[in-house]
Amino acid sequence: MKKNLVILFIAGIILLTGSVVLAQDVVKFGVAEPMTGAMAVGGELCWRGYELALEQTPTVLGKKIELILVDNKSDKVESANAVSRLIERDGVVAVFVSYGSGMAIPGGEVANKAGIPLISGTATNPLVTQGKEYVFRACFIDPFQGQVMAQYAYETLGFRKSALLVDIAQDYSVGLANFYKRTFEQLGGKIVSDTKYNTGDQDFSAQLSQIIASGAEALFFPGYFGDVALIAIQGRELGFTGQYLGGDTLHNPVLIELAKDAAEGLICSTFFAEDQPATPESEKFAKLFREKYNLAPDAVSILCYDSYNLLVDAIERANSFDPVAIKNALATTKDFQGAGGSITIDENGDAIKPAVLVKIVNGDYKYEATVYP
Amino acid sequence: MTINLLLQNIANGLSLGSLYALIAIGYTMVYGILRLINFAHGEIFMLAPYFLYFGILIFHLPWWASTIVAIGLTAFTGMLSERIAYKPLRDAPRISALISAIGVSFFLQNLAVVVFSGIPKSVHRPIFFTKIYQFGEIRIQSTLFASIGVSIIFLSLLLYIIYQTKTGLAMRAISRDIETSRLMGVGVNRAISITFAIGSALAAVGGILWSLRFPQIFPTMGMIPGLKAFIAAVVGGIGSIPGAMLGGLILGMSEILFVTFLPALSGYRDAFVFFILIIILLVKPDGILGIKVQEKV
Repeated sequence: MKKNLVILFIAGIILLTGSVVLAQDVVKFGVAEPMTGAMAVGGELCWRGYELALEQTPTVLGKKIELILVDNKSDKVESANAVSRLIERDGVVAVFVSYGSGMAIPGGEVANKAGIPLISGTATNPLVTQGKEYVFRACFIDPFQGQVMAQYAYETLGFRKSALLVDIAQDYSVGLANFYKRTFEQLGGKIVSDTKYNTGDQDFSAQLSQIIASGAEALFFPGYFGDVALIAIQGRELGFTGQYLGGDTLHNPVLIELAKDAAEGLICSTFFAEDQPATPESEKFAKLFREKYNLAPDAVSILCYDSYNLLVDAIERANSFDPVAIKNALATTKDFQGAGGSITIDENGDAIKPAVLVKIVNGDYKYEATVYP
Repeated sequence: MTINLLLQNIANGLSLGSLYALIAIGYTMVYGILRLINFAHGEIFMLAPYFLYFGILIFHLPWWASTIVAIGLTAFTGMLSERIAYKPLRDAPRISALISAIGVSFFLQNLAVVVFSGIPKSVHRPIFFTKIYQFGEIRIQSTLFASIGVSIIFLSLLLYIIYQTKTGLAMRAISRDIETSRLMGVGVNRAISITFAIGSALAAVGGILWSLRFPQIFPTMGMIPGLKAFIAAVVGGIGSIPGAMLGGLILGMSEILFVTFLPALSGYRDAFVFFILIIILLVKPDGILGIKVQEKV
């Protein structure tokens, strides 16, 4: 009996020290994304980006990187819970919350309070980083994106009457539409129809009939690509012949698959165009992504890939895993060569980078224009 | 507002309402016979277009054959869910079966996320269903005619089964008093299985037509249509089959007209629909065509 106890004791010690040694060799990055619920697709796209980045860069400062994924269930409250769990229970050095500004805002709130850096790859709503020194992002923000689209619609395409179809359940959609509206009206254009819907709605016939009757030349619909695919199809069925315009969520090959011919000609702002690589990294990413997933690269995956590398770069420059040092290094990022273009972090923690406009031509995204801030 | 816009929206309302009606019929039928609100109806509805999708994709069946197989499989799934989740609770308080139904609903939804993945899939539409008919300025999708036609066929078929066949007699007996029917030698289990099979087949037809009108399928696609169909059934008088049809049309129409007249509030149309439900429950809980049932003491 005594002998057994001794063995147990020794085994315990070995296990304990073993895990300590193991813990020292591993550095944990937290990922809180919507893996289930209405935005499960977005979470899946993000995960592909992180996964690929981990494969390419598995270590930092001699330590093995481990990604810990927690599902935020496409829910704002769950997102805050997921981030606190990652920080408190798993002891991560930094957190990624990319998909959905609605989820990145509460997540960022928690991380900022805990003093742990958080990077959002794709959340474009200004509130994500506002007043939070520990929160950064790898993408541009909606005021810029909305302005770019409105200017393009008014100046380059020459439209004077535009309609809006906004998802009132998404901070992203509401914010972006407001910035588009503001710029378009400032330029002298008119928003002839301002209609709304809710994420997951499937029938848009009433709103679209309204838009068609208003004589709009262009329809701006910043929303989830699944909903937008249905809008695009129903719009054409009801006889809308104008231009479709959207934001970065529409740069997703699944949209073309879903909407087919109805998506032809759609123009959206995004972060990169595969046929016009911004950096050597873009080409490398596109090649790796096609090899691994046999899919065309999308904007979400590329930005999540970039945010991972942004963090690794900051840790290397800080030469430390101390959250304050990482935060300071992230804040001073300059001309970082990401796959989705070069990134410089401004005083708010937002990325300064040009917007790329792409157009759907023959079932594929084609480069249209680059707009610099 | 121009007269054309109004007419177009009436057509839109009919088109949406006829789909709600079709789903609501299955809902109300199961309720009418078993007094069970089958909250999993929306998920059964979602399964059918998925079965159809995989029938074409994996087994390379022609569209019509895949449709038949999908309806059959969905009916079977409905029967199976009854056997597993509701039958053991038949003598339990009604609330237990209701909770079990909500469980089935969540289970099927999450199972679909795991098996089919959350990424929406596009739906193959035979040429007939992509056609648009134009009457002056008004454009109508062919699915409207299909759903009205199918609804009428199924309504008459259903009324025939319930009022003219022996199984229908058993169903009606069960709806009155399940215990007594059992004592009188009615094959209760068989009749209930058939009820679920028919109800689920109706959900399947509804789901397939829905996916032809809104060509995109995803695991949560059945949730809102399921709830709307439930509201339609309540508005029309739950348990009444013509009532469900009427309720569906009223609901679809009022949803569209709400957006037509108040475009600025168009994001709150679901809230408006649930508001109608509350009003109906307060003012006329039996619904428009509902029959007031006297509870025996």
